[in-house]
Amino acid sequence: MRVHAKRAVALAAGLLSPAVVMADWTMNMAPGVTGTSNQIFSLHMTILWICVAIGVVVFGVMFWSIFAHRKSQGAKPANFHENTVVEILWTIIPLAILVAMAVPATATLVEMYDTSESEVDIKVTGYQWRWRYEYINDDFGYFSSLSTPREQIENRQAKGENYLLEVDNPLVIPVGKKVRFLLTANDVIHSWWVPEFGVKKDAIPGFINETWTRVDEPGIYRGQCTELCGKDHGFMPVVVEAVPEEEYNAWVAEQRAAAETERQLTEKDWTLDELMERGEKAYASACASCHQPDGTGMPPAFPALKGSQIATEDMAAHIDIVVNGKSGTAMQAFGGQLSEVDLAAVITYERNAWGNNTGEMVTPKEIFDYKNQE
Amino acid sequence: MSSVADTHSQEHHHGPAKGISRWLLTTNHKDIGSMYLIFSFAMFLLGGSMAMVIRAELFQPGLQIVQPEFFNQMTTMHGLIMVFGAVMPAFVGLANWMLPLMIGAPDMALPRMNNWSFWLLPCAFLILVSTLFMEGGAPNFGWTFYAPLSTTYGPPSTTFFIFAIHIMGVSSIMGAINVIATILNMRAPGMKMMKMPLFVWTWLITAFLLIAVMPVLAGAVTMMLMDINFGTSFFDASGGGDPVLFQHVFWFFGHPEVYIMILPAFGAISHIVPAFSRKPLFGYASMVYAVGAIALLSFLVWAHHMFTVGIPLAGQLFFMYATLLIAVPTGVKVFNWVTTMFRGSLSFEAPMLFAVAFIILFTIGGFSGLMLAIAPADFQYHDTYFVVAHFHYVLVPGAIFGIFASAYFWLPKWTGHMYDETLAKTHFWLSFIGMNLAFFPMHFLGLAGMPRRIPDYALQFSDFNMVSSIGAFMFGVTQLLFLFIVVKCVRGGEKAAAKPWDGAEGLEWTVPSPAPYHTFSTPPEVK
Repeated sequence: MRVHAKRAVALAAGLLSPAVVMADWTMNMAPGVTGTSNQIFSLHMTILWICVAIGVVVFGVMFWSIFAHRKSQGAKPANFHENTVVEILWTIIPLAILVAMAVPATATLVEMYDTSESEVDIKVTGYQWRWRYEYINDDFGYFSSLSTPREQIENRQAKGENYLLEVDNPLVIPVGKKVRFLLTANDVIHSWWVPEFGVKKDAIPGFINETWTRVDEPGIYRGQCTELCGKDHGFMPVVVEAVPEEEYNAWVAEQRAAAETERQLTEKDWTLDELMERGEKAYASACASCHQPDGTGMPPAFPALKGSQIATEDMAAHIDIVVNGKSGTAMQAFGGQLSEVDLAAVITYERNAWGNNTGEMVTPKEIFDYKNQE
Repeated sequence: MSSVADTHSQEHHHGPAKGISRWLLTTNHKDIGSMYLIFSFAMFLLGGSMAMVIRAELFQPGLQIVQPEFFNQMTTMHGLIMVFGAVMPAFVGLANWMLPLMIGAPDMALPRMNNWSFWLLPCAFLILVSTLFMEGGAPNFGWTFYAPLSTTYGPPSTTFFIFAIHIMGVSSIMGAINVIATILNMRAPGMKMMKMPLFVWTWLITAFLLIAVMPVLAGAVTMMLMDINFGTSFFDASGGGDPVLFQHVFWFFGHPEVYIMILPAFGAISHIVPAFSRKPLFGYASMVYAVGAIALLSFLVWAHHMFTVGIPLAGQLFFMYATLLIAVPTGVKVFNWVTTMFRGSLSFEAPMLFAVAFIILFTIGGFSGLMLAIAPADFQYHDTYFVVAHFHYVLVPGAIFGIFASAYFWLPKWTGHMYDETLAKTHFWLSFIGMNLAFFPMHFLGLAGMPRRIPDYALQFSDFNMVSSIGAFMFGVTQLLFLFIVVKCVRGGEKAAAKPWDGAEGLEWTVPSPAPYHTFSTPPEVK
């Protein structure tokens, strides 16, 4: 009973809090923090006011007719039905307005397309349903996944301030530098959007798209995937942390060192318990959204792992499907996405969790050898 | 009118068949028109109830009612059913009923094909809706079904979806051929092209658009079928294919499709506004040229749906300029309608209310379209709720209000009874308020950064989503009132005169109300 009561309170709090605490009636686009986003904002406001002006004139004439020319008030209809001068005028004037509008739009577009002379290059890859950021000049990269707890989404817990707009590892960029993004995707089409930068570009499998930004103000900027990419499309936010240059350099050095340590872990001798512990985390971030945290999956698209033949019997097939994926299905090739340690840990975890008690383990070294024999 | 007297005597000998075979085997344009209209309203309610599921889930942040997989099925099916099941068949129904009456023809040119093109539709939608009950669920990749989400990553039911689209395409193409054959061959003597009523003109142009683009859609889904079942890689990058190709092909169909859903409404509004302004339509010739210009331009603007896919700068600029250009003929149409009202003698029966709302709200949708055409700004608007607001503003008060206006305008002709004006006005005002409450806040949501097609959202979007859902429920429930009004009107009511609207013009008002089963067996003279 008590548990239920607690849940009810949490649920009620979760349901009511957004309306009470977060009352937010934002109606317009934000100007943003980059040159591009400011230019877009001014284009947006210009065209908006042009529309309002045309609207006032057109609807003005209409409403005047509605009030002044009513049959019930004895209005007698006129009989005109053509006027060449007027008709030419209202073709030419809109045309002129459009040309006037196209000029600044063209200038902004040309600038948005100029990705030359970048100082930092970051490869952004869309996955179902997270982002991977690779600092291609510095030889490290990582995944960035939603960090909002499941309990908040399912209304069992009050929602946090950055509900659905928070990630485990944000993208970090230096302020004041031209950062170029190279976008692609691993599975379906995604779209990478940070409204305050004025940057939105599709990440398409088999293509590399380019875009860029220069952020002058340090801060945390949030956006989302904007191209429908499957079930968890609404749950793959983009979070970018813009930091001063020294801080950025220190962070890069730290990441490079961590990447080196990670590579050395492949050589270490792992025990089953260590792999299970690491595997649980890796499973939660890479596998659980489809195969579910309890391994029951969502058949037929996402088969159960609990008690499945591959996860309990044929070890070679298990390694193969995790490393290479299964073409024609949603099962991705994780060989390039996860480190050898994580691959070994995930496979070991899947073979021993949820009652799949095979007692078998596979080591990072074995995975390394498997990948290199191919 | 000797022709009317003739048909009246024929009625006793060649009335409709009895029982179900009347509807299964009918070649009568009025019966087929009625079936199209009834079918489309049924689909409107079905697609609408899916929208209710969507708005219920979005009423508050968090997942309450449905899971994301099912939410995606709802958005997909809502779009497909509304576009292919509700709006397009409704216009074909209006065409069937009204084109022969407006041009003084006894029936459509190809009556048997007419029957066939209607009966394909229930089959197609039976297949489409049955996917909801299949293992893996219904299509869940959005009504635009972008590859590879719809191919490599699509549910097993995708093949059934493709089959349904093929059947709908066959039905639409046959309907369009019939419209063209009827208009070009069966006009009453004296009715030159530039004397045709505007509804006839807009439908003629729409029919050409249909014939041009439905095969393109069929090509796109056939390539999908090959990719899914026969190992080709049209859209699969890992096999050397091109996912962006899908979008180019789809939108080459998709953009003219948007005009297919609005041009016939333009035509109907061009009859209703003069009728209730008691003043001839301003600028008939420029109306015709504007529709032609819109139709031609519609083939040159498809990539404005794809500004963020990374097309080259030159392409980006071309599609931006071409899209901006569409505002010119569209503006001409709006100016003409407003000038028709200017210094008229206006009254506001239900058809006029819907027509006036059409002009105002469609223009607002046109304004947001103009904003979306500015390519740099589109980078911020693209795939947000701003786009959702935009296309609902052109489709709900555009296509749907156009259909309601037409239905009220011609119901007396179809049933022989006047509808209940008080109820119809109630229907209008509740729809008008509900629709604006549902869709206007979506502009704000999109500008504030809410992406479309998400089942759950960040907290700053809560308030407007709640408002929008309330408006949507209001709009949804109101449509049951329309059903009631139509049923009531069919069953009885004040007898309608042959020409129940004093300002209306056209051959359809020269036959009695209800229009006899057979009309214009001998063609009328048009001077």
